[in-house]
Amino acid sequence: MPKQTFRLNGRTVTVDVHPDVRVLWVLRDLLGVTGPKYGCGINVCKACTSHVNGRGFNPCAVRVGDLAADDEVTTIEGLAGTVDEDLHPMQQAWLDRDVAQCGYCQPGQIMAAVALVRKVRREQREIEDADLDSIRNICRCGTYVRIREAIEQGARAMA
Amino acid sequence: MSAVHRPLDPEAVAPPGVDRRSFVGYVLGGTTLVAAADLALGAEPAAAVPTVPQPAELYDLNDLLTDAARPTANLIRIELHEDGTASFALPRSENGQGVTTSTAMLIAEELDLPLDKVRVTLADARPELLFNQLTGGSNTTISTYTPVRVAAAVARGALLDAAAVLLGDEVAKLVAKGGIVQGPSGTASYGDLARAAASRTDRTVRVRLKDPSRFRVVGTGQGRVDARDAVTGRKTFATDLQVDGALPTMVCRAPTLNGEPRRLRNEAEVLALPGVTDVAVLPFGVAVRAETFGQCIDAVRAMKVDWRDGPVAGMSDDDVVRELRRAQLPLPALPNTPLSRTVETDVLCYFRSNSAMDTNSAIADVREDRAEIWSALKSPIAAQQRIAEVLGLPQDRVDVHVVQGGGSFGRRLFFDGALEAAQVSRAMGKPVKLMWHRADDARVGRGHPMCTSRVRAVVVGKKVVAFQQSHTSIETDYRHGLGELITATAASLPTGLGNLGFAETIFALTQEVPYDFGVVTQTLTETDDRFNTGSMRNIYSPDVRAAGELTVDKIATVVKEDPYEFRRRHLRDERTRAVLEKVAEVGDWGRAMPAGTAQGIAIHKEYKGASACLVELDCRDVQTGRDIRDGVGGPRVTRVTFAVDVGLPVNPRGLEAQMQGGIMDGIALALTSSMHLRDGHFLEASWDNYFYTRQWNVPPEVEVIVMPPTTGVPGGAGEAGVAASFAAVACAYARATGRSPSYFPVNHRDPVEFSVKPYVPPVPPSPVNGLKKIV
Repeated sequence: MPKQTFRLNGRTVTVDVHPDVRVLWVLRDLLGVTGPKYGCGINVCKACTSHVNGRGFNPCAVRVGDLAADDEVTTIEGLAGTVDEDLHPMQQAWLDRDVAQCGYCQPGQIMAAVALVRKVRREQREIEDADLDSIRNICRCGTYVRIREAIEQGARAMA
Repeated sequence: MSAVHRPLDPEAVAPPGVDRRSFVGYVLGGTTLVAAADLALGAEPAAAVPTVPQPAELYDLNDLLTDAARPTANLIRIELHEDGTASFALPRSENGQGVTTSTAMLIAEELDLPLDKVRVTLADARPELLFNQLTGGSNTTISTYTPVRVAAAVARGALLDAAAVLLGDEVAKLVAKGGIVQGPSGTASYGDLARAAASRTDRTVRVRLKDPSRFRVVGTGQGRVDARDAVTGRKTFATDLQVDGALPTMVCRAPTLNGEPRRLRNEAEVLALPGVTDVAVLPFGVAVRAETFGQCIDAVRAMKVDWRDGPVAGMSDDDVVRELRRAQLPLPALPNTPLSRTVETDVLCYFRSNSAMDTNSAIADVREDRAEIWSALKSPIAAQQRIAEVLGLPQDRVDVHVVQGGGSFGRRLFFDGALEAAQVSRAMGKPVKLMWHRADDARVGRGHPMCTSRVRAVVVGKKVVAFQQSHTSIETDYRHGLGELITATAASLPTGLGNLGFAETIFALTQEVPYDFGVVTQTLTETDDRFNTGSMRNIYSPDVRAAGELTVDKIATVVKEDPYEFRRRHLRDERTRAVLEKVAEVGDWGRAMPAGTAQGIAIHKEYKGASACLVELDCRDVQTGRDIRDGVGGPRVTRVTFAVDVGLPVNPRGLEAQMQGGIMDGIALALTSSMHLRDGHFLEASWDNYFYTRQWNVPPEVEVIVMPPTTGVPGGAGEAGVAASFAAVACAYARATGRSPSYFPVNHRDPVEFSVKPYVPPVPPSPVNGLKKIV
């Protein structure tokens, strides 16, 4: 079996797996990293949202063979480590607003929120309602109102 | 007509000499303290009502669910540990509704222990509980409120007794607070006392519950006890569990709904695919087990299967509509004269999906002589019994573990994933982690049946003298019964009579018209058991209430009254009137709105509570003309004011969250969410087809008002937000557009906004372009 190497939450990992397998299943089924959730498998529900090299991506839609050895994948499990804290400011905002209900989509929501804040910062502006409207992560419990509040709080606290 | 009163304080109406806060509990034998109470404790008898009531007023679904528990004399137990924590295995299912948090709060309150020292887990299937392990009807807190507190009070009493011995003080001079007992001679922590308070034998004790005026935890807003696990990715669902040998497993399903496989034509080819270990043909499809779910998806797509058509092959929406129209009972003719006018409503509600984010899934490890199941189950005893029956095992050889679910919305009352996983594991002779693909969960999973709701009201002068509502639905499946097989079997009797009895019972126990409208009747007719249905969040109420409240608006127009004032004047129930007045005040009812926008207002009364919703809806082109990729914009609700009275809010913060979620559901039901049946199968196969409320549909302003305690006992929360929200959006749509809708959601007959995914293979391919779509 071919070996696939990439960086995951600050460490280099090597997995024996066919290069065609999508990253989501490498994380969940082979590495036991279950924060990214399956919700559709076709990149529309965004429950698996994670980061690659600091940008939001959906591992259900990327072949593990398409990752380079130095590509840095960050899942919800590694998010706090990127700021050397127990919790990332966005996670703290989620706690402060008690956003989660069932919690299934929330790792993806938080990772998408952080990616969105980074994106608008690159564009040298702040989060607006239109940005919040553009978030595609679905939450079937309907926590959207608190998600919007938490993103605004988390964005203020993000360096 | 007199209003229906429930006693505000149960103690206030207790006969002289009867202490309504005094209960019997138990200290059970153990090495550390184990306190217990009967789960059937504290069920309130139906209240006496001074007027001729509808059944739901006297004895509602929650009374039925609570009374169903009476025959059992089985115990729930709270254990104290030497680290100072208390633990409790709740015989209910948690799918996001917050019952682990609210239960921990009840224990913390009565035990005088900090909330973070209470650990609430979910109990395995306990067949001895009979009826009493069903999670439904928003009944958890209603039915467990007293027994959980009694067990905690027993524990507190035993700790005080032990402290008196240890400290050499009288119990009366001891104070328990924050997990520490203080006395004149010193202090002892609960952890220190857990072993000393243990009993060698079981003994009965009488305890008195805390006076609600002394509550310090109950009634305060608390964050979810699992919030930190949720935001760090540590919270585990069925598919996150690691069970030895339980490899990913998926099922290839038929191109028509509920079709069956005849044979797999290329088994060798499928078995040779990377990662695949096993293939098995079963009545519901062809199962494949592989190293990863991705390889299962590839294998499902590679399968060449001969299928037998399902029972609705060839049918489309319009065929079902015709069938419903034929099944409708004639409404009695009512006079329509200058003196006596008849107001009519006839709405059609299309099929809707309650597919949760966490699809149907279960882990099963079935051996020759035993089986073990892990799944998110709201009726675990029925699941255990049915799985035992299918596997030919004694019930006590099937262990059923209840796992936290990623949403339910009624879906997990059934155990489709667990039953399939057990059969696949048996067929393959190996443990499996079975997960439904989203396409199957959307197209094949259970949902809310298509229905019509017709209303006729007679208005004489300014008075409504009759209000008739006739609801006709494709069958709602209640074959999970009340959580165990005796009733599940009753619901499965041939000819559907058993299930119809359940349906009519549940309809009669949940529906009521809380207005003073003269002669009120509401009836249910159900037909056709070929679809995969079940209790979707709030069951009949959203559709029944939307049709009812649209009619109320029409009546108000006929009598030339303001819709809010008309409701306020005709409501028979003080609590419902209070929430209505609250939303009108806070939400600025009657403020000037631009053309193409409107307010809508509606009420609902259920789950021993009352709710009201006021929305503002924008139907102008600026909203409806939005071009949204893989989604629909449509009219946008721009502001929501919602008030809820649940009697006694245990956790107002969790209650607010449930109402926000119910509002999102109500918006979806009115405007965007439905399933299209076409040629024997549903079109919608994923979240880019089925348009549940998304961020671009979310109202920019949402305010939820939790009313102060009114009855002193908690009502239901999980479903209470949906009906009034749907009805308010429906009413706003009618007022904004000048057309009262005749079907829901209002976009159902628009051209579908997506390209329909194929049925063969039944699941879409996994994309490869994710690195081109980074944000």
